[in-house]
Amino acid sequence: MNTEALAHEEHRDDFGSKLGMWLFMVTEILLFSGLFISYSYMRSQHPVEFHHAGAHLNARIGIANTYILLTSSLTMVLSLVAIQRGERLKSMLLVAATILLAAAFLGNKAFEWTTEIRHGIYPNSPHLATLPPGEQVFFGLYYTMTGLHGLHVIAGMGVLTWVLLRLAKGSIDRDNYVLLENGGLYWHLVDVVWIFLLPLFYLAA
Amino acid sequence: MSSEAPAPSYLVAPRTGLWSWLTSTDHKRIGILYLVSMLTFFAVGVVLGLIMRLVQLTTFHHLVTAQTYNALFTVHGVVMIFLFVIPGLPAVFGNFMLPIMIGAKDVAFPRLNLTSWYFFMGGAVIVVIALFTGGGPPDTGWTFYAPFSLKTGTNVTLAVFGAFVLGFSSMLTGINFITTIHRMRAPGMSWFRMPLFPWSLYATSWIQILATPILAITLVLVILERLLGIGVFDPAKGGDPLLYQHLFWIYSHPAVYIMILPAMGAITEILPTFAKRPIFGYKAIAFSSITIAGVGSLVWAHHMFTSGMSEFANMVFSALTMIVAVPSAIKVFNWTSTLYKGAIDFQPPLAYAMTFIFLFCIGGLTGVMQGALAINVHIHDTYFIVGHFHYVMFGGTGFAFFAALLYWFPKMSGRMYSKRGIYAAWLPLFVGFNMLYFSMMVLGLQGMPRRYYSHLPMFHVGHVVATVGSWFLALGLLMFFVTLLRAWFKGEKTTGNPWGGVTLEWHVPSPPPVENFEEIPVVTHGPYVFEQEAGV
Repeated sequence: MNTEALAHEEHRDDFGSKLGMWLFMVTEILLFSGLFISYSYMRSQHPVEFHHAGAHLNARIGIANTYILLTSSLTMVLSLVAIQRGERLKSMLLVAATILLAAAFLGNKAFEWTTEIRHGIYPNSPHLATLPPGEQVFFGLYYTMTGLHGLHVIAGMGVLTWVLLRLAKGSIDRDNYVLLENGGLYWHLVDVVWIFLLPLFYLAA
Repeated sequence: MSSEAPAPSYLVAPRTGLWSWLTSTDHKRIGILYLVSMLTFFAVGVVLGLIMRLVQLTTFHHLVTAQTYNALFTVHGVVMIFLFVIPGLPAVFGNFMLPIMIGAKDVAFPRLNLTSWYFFMGGAVIVVIALFTGGGPPDTGWTFYAPFSLKTGTNVTLAVFGAFVLGFSSMLTGINFITTIHRMRAPGMSWFRMPLFPWSLYATSWIQILATPILAITLVLVILERLLGIGVFDPAKGGDPLLYQHLFWIYSHPAVYIMILPAMGAITEILPTFAKRPIFGYKAIAFSSITIAGVGSLVWAHHMFTSGMSEFANMVFSALTMIVAVPSAIKVFNWTSTLYKGAIDFQPPLAYAMTFIFLFCIGGLTGVMQGALAINVHIHDTYFIVGHFHYVMFGGTGFAFFAALLYWFPKMSGRMYSKRGIYAAWLPLFVGFNMLYFSMMVLGLQGMPRRYYSHLPMFHVGHVVATVGSWFLALGLLMFFVTLLRAWFKGEKTTGNPWGGVTLEWHVPSPPPVENFEEIPVVTHGPYVFEQEAGV
C-alpha cells in the first residue's frame, strides 16, 4: 500500500462516510420505532377511540404536507444529479428549494397545531380530560410523534443550510459530493417517517 | 515496526497542555480522557455504595434518612451503570486499542469520536446538576419505573435527560467503531484474522446502535409525560405503565451485553498471551459474540415475570433466557481450553482474568437460575438479584476492566506497575467481593427485599458480613489504583512488548507514537500465532 497516501492526514473514504450515515439512520428509525411500537400497542387497546380521535384531524392538511415533503425529496435528488454533472448553481437552487419546502411544511404544521390548541386539544387540557382515555393517549402520541418529526425537519433544514454554504464555498463539487449525498439521505429519512405518520394519525378515522 | 522508532509518543505529541488533550482527536488520548473521567465517576459510585452498606450495618438509623437512602441507591445505580459499566471497556480500551489492533491510524470519524466524549461529559454534568437542583436527587431506582417516576417530586426530568445525552455518546461511538472495523482494517486483515477484542467490540457496537435509540425515546416519553402529561404511561389517560417496563428493558437488557461482551473480548486477548498458545475455538468465540448480541436482544421481559404478563410470554422469555446462556458458556469452555496445556506465564493480568472467569461463572449460573419461572417469582426484587448482577457487572465487567487495565497499562503508559502491589490488592478485592455479594445472594434467598431502608433482625448477620466485606473491597480498590497511579508517574520504563503478546498493539512502541504505525502493517496470518512470531 502507498505509504505516502497513508501518511497524509486527511484520508477520504466516501463509502465509509455513507456507511456511517446509514448506521446513524438506523438509530433514527429505531428512535421512531419505539414510538411506533407504543402507537401499535395503544391502538390495539383502544381501537374505537383511535378511530374517533383521528376524525378530529384535518386529513387535507396532512396530505398536502405529504405532497410538499415528497416534492422536497425530489428537489434534493435533483440537486445531487446537478452537482454530479458539475452544475453548481442549479444544485444550490435545488437545495434552497428543498429548504423552502421544509419551511412550508413547518408553516402548515404550525397552523394545524395552533388550530387544534385553540380547540382545546393539547396534552393535559381541560377539554381533553373530558374525552375517553383512549382519545387522550391518541393526542398525546400525536403531539409527541409529529413534534419529534417536526424537530427532525428543523434539524434537516439546519443540515441542508450547512450543505448550501459548503456548496457556495465550493467545497462540495462534482468529485466530492458525499456531504450533499449524506444530507440528502437524512432528508429522505425525514420524508419516509412522515409517510408512516400520515396514515397512522390522519387516516386513522 | 522497530521498537526504536524516533516518532514521539502520543503522550507528548503534538503538545502536552491540558487544552491539547481536551481538543485532541487522537483515539489514544480520547481513550485516556474516558479512562480518567470514568474512574472518577467509579470512585463516586463506590463511595455511595459504601454509605449504603454502612446504613445496613445497624438496624437503627442516624446516618441518613429513608429518602436519602432512596436517592443513594438510585444515584449509585445511575452513576455505575450509565457512567462506568456501559461505556467502560469500549470507550476506554476500544478507543485506545481498536485502531491499533486492526492496524489503523485512527477510528473512521476522529472528530465525531471527540464529540462523543463531550456528549458523555455533558450527560454526566447534567446528571450531577440533577442531584443538587430542583426536588433533589431522583429516588426511583436507576430503572425510572413508571408510574412512580412520573409522580415523584424529585429531579427525575433532568436526570433522565442526562441519561438521554449519554445515550448519544454511546450510539455515536457504536457507529464509529462499526465503520472503523468495516473500512480501516490493515491490508490482509480479513474478518477472521481480526483479533477477538475487535470482534466483541463489533458485536457490542451493533447492540449500541440497535438498542440505545429505544432507551432514548423512552426517556423522552418520561420527560414529556412529566412536563406535559401526554399520557402514554398513565392509565388514567389510556396509557399503560407496563409499556414503560417493556420499552425500558428492550434497551436495558441488551445493555447488559454492551457491558459484558467487550469484557469477554478483553479476557480473550489476555488468555492466549499468557498461555502462549492460540485461542481455542477462534470462530466459536467470534460467532458466540454475535449470537449473544442477537439472542440477548430478545430476552428483555425476563425482568418482568412478576409484572403481569401472559403465561405464554413468560414461558417464551424464560426459554430464550436459557438459550442465551449457551454462547456465554461456549466462551467459558474456550477460555479454559486455551489455558489447558498452555505454557502458562503467570502474571497479574492473568490472575485478574481468571478471577473474572470464576466470578462470571457464579454470576452467569445464578442468572440461569433466575430465568426459571418458579424460582424467579421467589427471588424477584430480593437481594439475590442484587448479588447476582454485582457478580456479573462487577465480578464480570469490573474485574475484566481491571484485567484489561493491567494488560494494556504498560502499552498505554510505557511503564510497568509493581506486580507485588497488584497481587497484594487482589486478596482484599477477592475476599471482600465474595463476602459482600455472596452474603447478598444468601440474604435474598432468605427473603431480604432489595432497596429497603431497614432490615429485620433475622437478616442482621448477613448484612454485617456484607458491610465488612465492602470495607475489604474498598481497601483492595484503593491499593489497586494507588499502585497504578504510582506506576503512571514513577513506574519503571517498559518495552514495546512486556508480555510477549502477538497482536498488533504489541508491535508498536509503548507508549505508541501519534500515528500508531510508521508503516501500515500487512497482515499475513491469524491473530494468535505464537511460534512463527519471535520478535517481529
